[in-house]
Order: sequence, then C-alpha cells, then structure tokens
Amino acid sequence: MVRGVYIHIPFCHQICNYCDFNKFFFQNQPVDEYIEALGQEMVLWADDLKNASVETIFIGGGTPTSLSVKQLERLLALIHTHIPMDSLVEFTSEANPDELTLEKMQLMRKFGVNRLSMGVQTFDQELLQVLGRTHSNDHVYKVIEYAKQTNFPSISIDLMYGLPNQTMDQWKASLKEAFRLNIPHISAYSLLVEPKTIFYNLLSKGKLTLPGEDLEAEMYSYLMDEMKRNGYAQYEISNFAYKGIESKHNLLYWDNDEYIGLGAGAHGYVNSVRYSNHGPLKKYMHTIEVDEKPIMMQKEVSQVEKMEEEMFLGLRKNEGVSLARFEQRYGQALQGVYGKEIDELLEKELVSIENNFIKLTKRGRFVGNEVFQYFLTS
Amino acid sequence: MNHEERLARQKKIRNFSIIAHIDHGKSTLADRILEKTQTVTSREMQSQLLDSMDLERERGITIKLNAVQLTYTAKDGEEYIFHLIDTPGHVDFTYEVSRSLAACEGAILVVDAAQGIEAQTLANVYLALDNDLEILPVINKIDLPAADPERVKKEVEEVIGLDASEAVHASAKAGIGIEEILEQIVEKVPAPVGDPSAPLKALIFDSLFDPYRGVIVYIRIMEGTVKPGDKIKMMSSGKEFEVVETGVFTPKATMRSELTVGDVGFLTASMKHVGDSSVGDTITLASNPATEALPGYRKMNPMVFCGLYPIDNSKYVDLRDALEKLELNDSALEFEPETSQALGFGYRCGFLGLLHMEIIQERIEREFKIDLITTAPSVIYDVKLTSGETIKVDNPSMMPEVQKVDKIEEPYVKASIMVPEDYVGSVMELCQRKRGNFITMDYLSAARVNIIYEIPLSEIVYDFFDALKSSTKGYASFDYELIGYKESKLVKMDILLNSEKVDALSFIVHKDFAYERGKVIVEKLKALIPRQQFEVPVQAAIGQKIVARSTIKSIGKNVLAKCYGGDISRKRKLLEKQKEGKKRMKQVGSVEVPQEAFMAVLKMDEPNK
Repeated sequence: MVRGVYIHIPFCHQICNYCDFNKFFFQNQPVDEYIEALGQEMVLWADDLKNASVETIFIGGGTPTSLSVKQLERLLALIHTHIPMDSLVEFTSEANPDELTLEKMQLMRKFGVNRLSMGVQTFDQELLQVLGRTHSNDHVYKVIEYAKQTNFPSISIDLMYGLPNQTMDQWKASLKEAFRLNIPHISAYSLLVEPKTIFYNLLSKGKLTLPGEDLEAEMYSYLMDEMKRNGYAQYEISNFAYKGIESKHNLLYWDNDEYIGLGAGAHGYVNSVRYSNHGPLKKYMHTIEVDEKPIMMQKEVSQVEKMEEEMFLGLRKNEGVSLARFEQRYGQALQGVYGKEIDELLEKELVSIENNFIKLTKRGRFVGNEVFQYFLTS
Repeated sequence: MNHEERLARQKKIRNFSIIAHIDHGKSTLADRILEKTQTVTSREMQSQLLDSMDLERERGITIKLNAVQLTYTAKDGEEYIFHLIDTPGHVDFTYEVSRSLAACEGAILVVDAAQGIEAQTLANVYLALDNDLEILPVINKIDLPAADPERVKKEVEEVIGLDASEAVHASAKAGIGIEEILEQIVEKVPAPVGDPSAPLKALIFDSLFDPYRGVIVYIRIMEGTVKPGDKIKMMSSGKEFEVVETGVFTPKATMRSELTVGDVGFLTASMKHVGDSSVGDTITLASNPATEALPGYRKMNPMVFCGLYPIDNSKYVDLRDALEKLELNDSALEFEPETSQALGFGYRCGFLGLLHMEIIQERIEREFKIDLITTAPSVIYDVKLTSGETIKVDNPSMMPEVQKVDKIEEPYVKASIMVPEDYVGSVMELCQRKRGNFITMDYLSAARVNIIYEIPLSEIVYDFFDALKSSTKGYASFDYELIGYKESKLVKMDILLNSEKVDALSFIVHKDFAYERGKVIVEKLKALIPRQQFEVPVQAAIGQKIVARSTIKSIGKNVLAKCYGGDISRKRKLLEKQKEGKKRMKQVGSVEVPQEAFMAVLKMDEPNK
C-alpha cells in the first residue's frame, strides 16, 4: 500500500558540480505551468491517493526553495487539495540555506510542512565553492534562527565527505560545527562522481583529485564514532538522528514500501510497479495535458525481485531486516530463501542475526555493496 | 569438355598469390582486382572482401586462406581465368603461406613505396622462391607524399635479388596501376602444366567443416580431372569417398561440372571429419590412381603453449566442443586436457605464435560465448633430470624441483629485425635485455639495417613485439625462425596469493633476472587484482624461498551512500553491474582474480613505467 508521496521540483538557480538529478536552470523555465501540471498529475493519481495512507510527503529537487513565495504557495495549496492529509505525520521540504526567507518558512509552516532538509554539504567555505554551492555559513545560522521563530519541529542537514582535496581535518571541522549547532538530524553522504556532471568531466580529464578509498573509509569511520559520542543514533548507512527524529520518508524507501512519485523525472513504486516519469519538461507537461500519467518507463517487480530489494534496502538500516516481517510478506522464511548466502556472510562476519533481525556488522557497513550483491540471485 | 578443350582452357589459367606485409595494402589490392575483373559488382563490394571472418576484417589481417576465381579480358582480346589465393601476412602463419604458394605459379609482391621491404615479407618471398614462383614486384601507395618508389625498387633488387625494372607503380587505394598488374599476370605468370587426362592429382591446401555438407576440401588440380560421382582416394590414408560437388569460389561458392588441371576450387564428398582430408595430402581417383603423391608440406609444430580455462567451471565441456570445432579448420591448433589447482579443469593448448593464440582465445569468447582465463604463454623446455631421464615441460607449474634437475634447455630463435639506422641502438639494447646474442648486422640501404640476434623464444613470447614496437616507434619489422635448443640457467618462480601457491601464475625465469622480476611481478599483481574483503599478501618464491612480496589492501569502503531520490532501480543496476564485474574474475582460493592478472608476467618488462 502507498504510504508516501515524493514531489520533484526540477529547478535550480545554480547547478551544483556533483548533481546528476533531473534539473534545469530556473531562468526562462515554465515554472508556473509546471506547478499546474503537478496539480493535474495529482488528479491523474486520484484513485491511488484515495486508497493510500499518506504518512509522509517529501518535496525534493532540484531545489523546492528556488520557487517564489507565490509559486510555493500554489504548490502547497495543490498538495492540500489533492493529497489526503489525515494520516500525515511527516512533511519535508528540501531547501537551500540561501534561498530560505522567513516568509517562505512561515508559509511552509502554515501548510503543515514540519521538517526541513537543508543542503549544507560542508561548513568549509572553500569546499562550498568547489562544490558550486552559493550559500555561506551565515545563511545556515540565519535559517536555524528562523526555524526557532517559526517553530519548525525538525531540521536536517546534508553533509558530504570524500570531496575533492578534502582533508580529514576539514571533515572533522564540519562535523564539529554541526554538533555545535545541535542539528537534530544529519545525513552524511560520501561524494559519488556520476556521469553527466561537472565533476565527472573534470575527473576524466585528470583535473579532480579525490581523497581515495582509504581516507574516505577513515572519514566514514570517524563519522560513525563521533555521531555516537555526540548522542546521535545511526539508523541507516548515511543517516543519523536524535532518538525519535528519524526521517520516516527515508525509512519508507528502506522498508521497501510503496510511494507515489510526482514531477518530471520522479520515481515511484505503486501496486508492485516501479516507474519513472519523463524527465524533459515539455514531454512531461504534454503527456499530462492529454490526461495521461507522464510515465516514461515502468516495470512490475517480481516476487523474487521484491525479496532481493527487501534485503538490499533493508540491510541499509541499522536495525536490519526483520525475519518475521520477511516471512509474513513473502510467505517464506528468510533463511529458506537465502540460507547459503547468509551462512557465508555470517562466516565472514559481515552480517549478524540478533533478536530476529539480520543486520550488517560494523565491518559489513563499510562494504555494504559487497553484502547486497549476495542477494541478487535472479 | 574433351581433352583438347581442357588443354586450350588450361593455357588461359593464371594462378597467383599476393605477398605483402600487414598494412602494405594486400587486401585493398585484392579488392581492386576483384572489382576490375567484375567478379563482384560494386553493390556486393564490401571493403576487404576476401577477409570474411569478422575478426579478420576488424584486425585487418588474413587468417584463413581464400581462393577466388576471376575472369579477365586482357588487351590481347583473350579471356583469362585467374585464381587469386589469399595468404596471411603474419609470421605465425608461415605454414599457411607455404600451403597457398604451393597452389600457385606466380606471386605479386606488394611493397609499400614509403616503408620498403619488411622482415615478414622477406620470409614469405623466400618461401615463394623456394616454390619456383614467378614474382611480380608492385610498388604500392605511390600516391603517398612519403613515397620513394626508386629507393624501394633498389631495395627489392639488392635485398631479394629480383629484377624490379618492370615493377608496377600502383596505388590500390586510388585504383592506380591495377590494369598493368593484371596484364603482367597474363604475360609473366606461367600457365599451369599438367595433363588433364592423366591420373588425378589434386593438392589439398585447406579444408573447412560445414555442418550441412561435411568437409569442404580446397584443392588445386595438378594432373587429371575430377567431377561429381567420381570415387576419390586420399593418397596418405587410402580412404575413399564419392564426390558430391565440385566448384569454385567467385567469391561465392559456385558449382562446376568438373575441375581440371590448373583449377583452384573445392569439392565435397560427404566427409564427416576434417581429419579425412589432411592438408597437404593428394587426392586421386580410386579407379585410376596416380602412382606418386605430390610433395606434401611439413607440418608446423606449435611453439607457444598456454592453459585455457573457462571462468565458469561448468563450461568445461563447451570449451572442449569449441576447441574441437576450431581444430577442424585449424590444423595447427593442438590441445589436451589439463588440471590446475587454481583454475580447475581446462586445456593446455599449443599455438604457432602469440597472435595465433590471441585469435583462438578471441574466437572462443566471441563465437562460442565462453569467458576464458588464459594463463601466460610458455614454450617447451627440455629438462634433463639428475636421474638421466629427459622430459619436456610446456607448463611452468610442472617444472620439477630444483634438486631433481640436472640442466634445462630452452628453444632459441634467430630473430631478424629490420629497422631504420637511428633505432639500431634501442633495438640492440632491447635484444640484450631479452638475453639475446648478437650475430650480425647488415645495411640494406644507406639508412636501413637488418640486425640478427639469437634470442630465447620465451623472451619473444613474452612482450618482445610490444617492446620492439615502442622502442622503435613502430618502424621495426621483425621475423624469427626456430634454430634449436640451448642450455640456460632457468628457475621456476612460484606466486602465492594469501599464502597459497597459485600454479597458474608460475613462470620460468633466468636465474640472473629472478629477483628483479619477482619484485616487478608482485607489484603488477597488486595493481591488477582488485581489493578484496580481506588483506591479501602476494609473494614470489623460488622453491621455499620468498624473494618478493607486496600486499593487496582490503576494501576500504564500498557502499552506496546516496538515496537517489527513491530511484531503487538505479541502485539495483549499480549492484548488478558490480556483481557482473566479478563474474569476469576467477575465484582462486578465496581471492577473486581477473584475467589480466594471469597475463601479468607478460608485462614485466616495462622499463619506463
């Protein structure tokens, strides 16, 4: 059953050097029309939305805060009109620190947004420039101040490590600053250089120096230790939070639950079908104009694939995969399906089984992809 | 046809090959001749028509022989029948060259107008002269800015001793000089001699297995006539068959009611095994047999050996089938079952040379879809044991313990290297490093030199070609012939991964180079083997003694951090890709080893890196 909705805002005033999401320069784009199309897309999904129990909504991008106050208000109003809110517990918007104004934050609060996810990435001014980010630390401090004024229940920041020329000391300093600010939720991602990004082009020309696997591993190790020391619980490979502040929307993905994805290039998972929307704005909007869902590609997930995904998504969580829930969902005992693989992983001490959950060991967390591959059997 | 008609036709037949160095334009010239004789319409014309195997067209080399019948109306108004027999240019395939030359009366010698004669061409010209062929020199690529036809003609005269005064100046690419070449073929290449009414003597120069027709035997008729329905007899085995079809290639297989003296074509006779028609054998008629067979060929023995193992052990039987099928059309290929502790079940295969080895390996992977691990190539060592017994060792891991060895002899080749004068120093330096003994050096012209060295074959097999190419900027050409065995101070170097000996990585090395090479190889392996889930020591050992070591680190971090905005399919793809990459590797003990690592020993001698 659908438990969440993801809404994609593919506009940015500045494109980051590492970003490979579906995004466009804000200028000269049909932003108003796009928002209307989003509303129409919600109408096309009306039946599924009616039957859903929408517990989380996540507005991501691109940058949702690239919208003007008026555009943001229209978007939030459309959400309220078309998406049932009675089960809603978490409503997140991504945000760029330099684009958040008090007015926009007040507006978000008015429409029930209760969680901000801010792309801070680093507190090091030089590295911010390397990444192509336009904000400064002052913007972050200001937003934290506004959040107090507007009573924002939850703030999260994204941090990145493994950045070009980043040193261990720079990483330590960024974390220290995050702890000093008492941010309740922190996502820490290692940089992945993807094709079709500025970083990718620089790297292939030999003009980008990355810290390398070993230093990156050290940074990850330091991250986990420091988070623990500062009172954060790790609940997923890259996510840390004070108890009870975990992102329910993120967990929905790792729990292998269903969600509707709306917007250009968005992904969704509904009635056992994973789909992705058209990325180009014209194609996306034209398809909606003729009353069709703007789906570019869809694929029904087989029972075997579902079990695989249950494993490689679920094992990302610190609590791991529940043996009981697996059996309940798929009608087979987990060890009956993956007995051989699990034995091997237990032997290598990459996973452990405790209290009826299978989870990654600390070592396993460093080499998660190696572990996940064991469960790709089809 | 009656006897007189056959004789009249025979006078109009011209059989010839083209001899050329790779890249000197042989295939292009063949294409032009086919066009000019309108054997193929331009619509059918596909560049490099004679090279029909995909691999041949991609690599620009000819592997298997082709024989095409063409008709040419000469300036004298008469119509002539040409048979063009294609020959491989590479040194590995000397055997096949000698086969095709035996089916001809003439050969076109194509020499690049800028580059001059190359070592391999020279070797093939000598083969042609041994076969008493009329040789027509053609100076090709005269339209290139660097062309110097007069210098090259002088080289032909001085180096080979041919009269080059009437050599055609041509550009196969631009279509210059083609007609002149065709006229010279008519004038200078002798018509076949032989009696069409005499007992049949047909030389088998190649054969091919076709699943529907059985063996297709490529023949040149020397004496007599053969037609469908005839009972034929293989002169070496005495086996008899009934001819089903006779025909020629135009270049498509085209049926003919008979083949007679001078014809180069094919016959089928419901033969189930290629072994029934061994290349070099003579076919005669069962009812009216010839008394004497034609001189056959010397069978070439494989010089280079390596292990071929399926990455997926369950493909072992498929690999055997693939080798058997390839063997049908490649008499030089040899193989026998072999077991490696590290790699499981596979085959020890013998090849004519490195290129031959690469081609077979590539064909198995492409045509039979079997992913392979190839062990580093080895030569055959003659090992005299302290017990007095002498054994042959073609697999380094089978080399007996040092204590049991009295002496080891290894094959040596005479290498001739033609190179512009400026590179003499680098060539000599390379040969010296490859344990070569300098024999002599001749000036071919003021600026070109032929250097002769005796070098252990194993050094050639390793990376000599590549090293020569890079140290002479590609200007050197190279040929070699086996000259026999010489004693050398050799030792077996074992490689241990994670403290376990990997037999497939053992190699034989000269004692004086052992320590240095041990150091290089452990570093190479460290670079080639990806990080594993645990630390892996890499050691090189002679007997019990470790001479070098390095360590492959364990994986520091491999976990996808990003969320990808709920794009789970992308996560799956990434994991699948990583998993797929592992399938190309062989599990040796607990270590995943990629194919390249087994060839690391070939890359040891890279002084500049």
